[in-house]
Amino acid sequence: MRTRHLLALAIGFGLFAGGVAYAQPPSGIVRPTDERGMSPLELGAQLFAGNCASCHGSDGAGVISPAQAGAGDVQGRGPPLRGVGAQAADFYLRTGYMPLDNAHEQPTRRRVQLTAPERRALVAYVASLAPGPGIPRPHPERGSVPEGMGLFTEHCAGCHQVVARGGVVSGARVPPLTKSSAVEIAEAVRIGPYVMPTFTKRAISDDELDSIIAYVQSVRRPPSAGGWGIGYVGPVPEGMVAWLIAGVALVIACAMIGTRLRG
Amino acid sequence: MVGSPEGQADLILRRTVRFLDERSGSAPLLLKALRYLFPDHWSFLLGEVALYAFIVLVGTGVYLTLFFEPSLAKTVYQGAYAPLHGVQMSDAYKSAVDLSFEVKAGLLMRQTHHWAADVFVVAIVIHLMRVFFTGAFRRPRELTYLIGLLMLFITFLEGYLGYSMVDDLLSGMGLAIGYSVAMAIPVIGANLALLIWGAPFPGDPAFESRMYVAHVFILPIVIGLMIGLHLALVALRHHTQFRGGRQSERILVGVPSFPGQTPRSLGLMLAVSSILFLLGGLVQINPIWLWGPYEVGMSTNGAQPDWYLGWLIGGMRLVPHFDVTIGDYTIVPNPFWGGALFPLVVLVVLAAWPWAERRLTGDYRLHNLLDRPRDAPLRTGLGAGFLSWVFLVFISGSADRMTVLFGLPYEHLLKAFTVAVLVVPFFAFLVVWRSCVELGRTDVVEHEREAAEAEARAAEA
Amino acid sequence: MRRFLNWVIGLAVLIGTLGRRRRRREPEEERIVPPGSASPRAEAVVILLLLTAAACAIAFIVVYAMDGLTDQTQLLGLTLGLSLGSLAAALIVFARRLIVTEEIAEEYPEPAHPDDQDALVEVVRESGDRLTRKRLLGTAAGAAGGALGLALLTPVASLGPALETGTFYRTPWVPGRRLVDDKGRPLSADDIEISDFYTAYPEGADPDQVPAPVVVVRLAPSQLELPPERSRWAPEGILAYSKICTHAGCAISLYRSPLFDPVQPGPALVCPCHYSTFNPASGGAVVFGPAGRPLPQLPLTIDPRRELRAGGNFSGPVGPSWWGVRKGKPT
Repeated sequence: MRTRHLLALAIGFGLFAGGVAYAQPPSGIVRPTDERGMSPLELGAQLFAGNCASCHGSDGAGVISPAQAGAGDVQGRGPPLRGVGAQAADFYLRTGYMPLDNAHEQPTRRRVQLTAPERRALVAYVASLAPGPGIPRPHPERGSVPEGMGLFTEHCAGCHQVVARGGVVSGARVPPLTKSSAVEIAEAVRIGPYVMPTFTKRAISDDELDSIIAYVQSVRRPPSAGGWGIGYVGPVPEGMVAWLIAGVALVIACAMIGTRLRG
Repeated sequence: MVGSPEGQADLILRRTVRFLDERSGSAPLLLKALRYLFPDHWSFLLGEVALYAFIVLVGTGVYLTLFFEPSLAKTVYQGAYAPLHGVQMSDAYKSAVDLSFEVKAGLLMRQTHHWAADVFVVAIVIHLMRVFFTGAFRRPRELTYLIGLLMLFITFLEGYLGYSMVDDLLSGMGLAIGYSVAMAIPVIGANLALLIWGAPFPGDPAFESRMYVAHVFILPIVIGLMIGLHLALVALRHHTQFRGGRQSERILVGVPSFPGQTPRSLGLMLAVSSILFLLGGLVQINPIWLWGPYEVGMSTNGAQPDWYLGWLIGGMRLVPHFDVTIGDYTIVPNPFWGGALFPLVVLVVLAAWPWAERRLTGDYRLHNLLDRPRDAPLRTGLGAGFLSWVFLVFISGSADRMTVLFGLPYEHLLKAFTVAVLVVPFFAFLVVWRSCVELGRTDVVEHEREAAEAEARAAEA
Repeated sequence: MRRFLNWVIGLAVLIGTLGRRRRRREPEEERIVPPGSASPRAEAVVILLLLTAAACAIAFIVVYAMDGLTDQTQLLGLTLGLSLGSLAAALIVFARRLIVTEEIAEEYPEPAHPDDQDALVEVVRESGDRLTRKRLLGTAAGAAGGALGLALLTPVASLGPALETGTFYRTPWVPGRRLVDDKGRPLSADDIEISDFYTAYPEGADPDQVPAPVVVVRLAPSQLELPPERSRWAPEGILAYSKICTHAGCAISLYRSPLFDPVQPGPALVCPCHYSTFNPASGGAVVFGPAGRPLPQLPLTIDPRRELRAGGNFSGPVGPSWWGVRKGKPT
């Protein structure tokens, strides 16, 4: 075969293999073979043992020091889960933050690989480890958007940006909230995941939380009386429009009116 | 013939011209003005684009002053925009929200005005780059160049004051930073800040009026006068031109202002206005109702100044953490380097360049002809290096938004930019300088080849 | 009425006859503007564009007059922009096709006028013939001008208390002043848990000044590494710091609080403007970013009702630095 053909074949195979590899989920979920016959707690315990215990300890006691080994071969580290309740388990699993491949990485929103029954089972199991907060039931329809704006600006905008488009804090990225559901927001505010601070009911009451969630929902597509919102983060995209749209249009206008350099 | 439309028109024309000339003696001047020659190249229109943006600014600005309230007196909002109901805010902020939601065409005017400000500076910068890289600033046009540079920097201040008057969260944060840069000026900074603000930050309520008067009256007059002077100098010495055809240092070839240039200029003015009003209606800018009113104890992530001050935020973010102290005296607080010294250095370098170039190249002659950038390798190379330095500082100022968009850790981006800012300009200079030199050599070879061929043909004939 | 019509027609024809060969002219008579050929197609395009501009302008007026229109700003911008753009296009077509673009050569003006320059110098010099003590007069004039200029500038000093830099040290915090939230409710030590992040203000003072807002956080007492003189400033591990960044005056509204210490970055107060990062455990020391001074700490006490009160003034002046920021203590 000629070198050209071999090269083409190699590239083609590489692309195909890469595509297939890319299409696979990042890491698999370890599942028991017969889920249907199990009670939720049993299923939860099995899922926990196969996917969580390596970092969180076989009984949810946590893996604090690197000398401690988690269950199985994986050397992970993770906080204790006793007493975090359904609230935390639900938040981390529903957003895809957990399972986390590398304990040192920041958790990010990912495609959830558990099915809904699996997730509920796992949440029930974690909740059963020790008494803890349940899944919150927020009522944003009872909240006030103006009050929510003030509260969000005071407590949240510093990290999440005033219309929840996300941002940066030293050492971490701050996610936007445009895809967050009301329950996820309520959970995160109480948990304070990763490096986010916590806000107890004494800092932000449930009514105030309803208002904050109402506000976040209202800025998913912020009121844009002025036209195309260009990202709602202010002068950076505005400057790009000034250069790349107006600047280019004006140079074209000049070129149409003036003449080119005579050689 | 006298009764025909053409005859009638001719008569009217003659009568008008006679009227004007008898009463002002201006027929010779008008004739000179009408037949004033414009060398015709598209890049010479960029300064005009800036001028027309300024005209749109003044027009929309006057409209806005008829509605805006430059007062920090507190009020509670109960207007048309429901998400702000019950929120306490200043009269200034409220009047801007009212302009956006309750005044018909108010938001169009506000947004067109703000887009015009951003685009005004874009046009000036492109115009400055054209002037620099073609050597138009050389003798006898140094004064024109200096006036233009000063106008650019005054425009930075004018725009800053304009969007800071509105007392929203983003611009309020920007004012705190401006205050800290003033405080950081060695020796006199604190006193200067107290003078301008009238009290420690957020300052005396009169500061709002001071911004208003400076933005609406003082600076527009200064800029207007400088534009007049700038244009007068251009006209008196006549515009520069590129080489070619009959053009030379002594012979100017161009299109007369009437009939040739007038419809072109008018067309350009309308094109600029069209683009600005289209942007003003279709693309949102500075949605202050989303930011909320400013409070000293509040801030938001992702706050940035308008684009033409982005180089300053870049400077301030890159400088490592140190105050220069002598004993108990803090001689140079940190914000000075990125917020004050950096722009001052840029201004001084650009202003001194005509004289520096003369020294470097030994060329003290008068020039009416422009260089193509490749014809002046040293200027083009150094200009490219300097521009890349400023540009890298500029984009490092929004590195955190790069983190949000691309997930690259902010600390690593900052380190990369710190290195790039110091290293890339030298490479830019080297690469551009060598390229110009090589291109110049190709030109010489081309010339010699053409001359040889012409000789050969002459010998054959 | 007839005369008025004549005027209108006359003006219209005036514009229309520009550049067109004048039938009345003698063929040998020299022209200033050279002749050019007609282009009815271009004329039609120009007329069409002008009418489009008119239509869009009328549309603008109509859109303006309508009430309750959503996207009104967009429609206003579109109609006005298109009207201006059509007019621009009409003029550009006009410029390229319907008038002659002349290319004329002429000389640049004289680079200099040495004779007039000499004359100017001479006029000024000869005018000074009657003066015997030019130097002295000049110095006296300089003194007058300089002093008068200074005098005229002096009222500018009324703009602000330029010499009273002592005001930068003043804060509303006195020993015993209660910490309250933005609604005036006192902060209780029992409400503040590790990982919480509160903003507080001095009770009864104006909250909208730089020394007013503070952030209140809690760390485990074993985590604290405060300077020895501040060992009592953080009762039960509760800490208060100025909320205003010492770099450029923005509010420090970011708090990094790790959920799981072993693998996550430690607690930090961060400013969103230039990302100055301060360590609350070590007295507000700068750990990242451009701030040149640590964050001023406010000493706290817990009163018998478990409410938080200031135990004194800040550890240093608050807000951005100036020449005297290390010379005095907050009062």
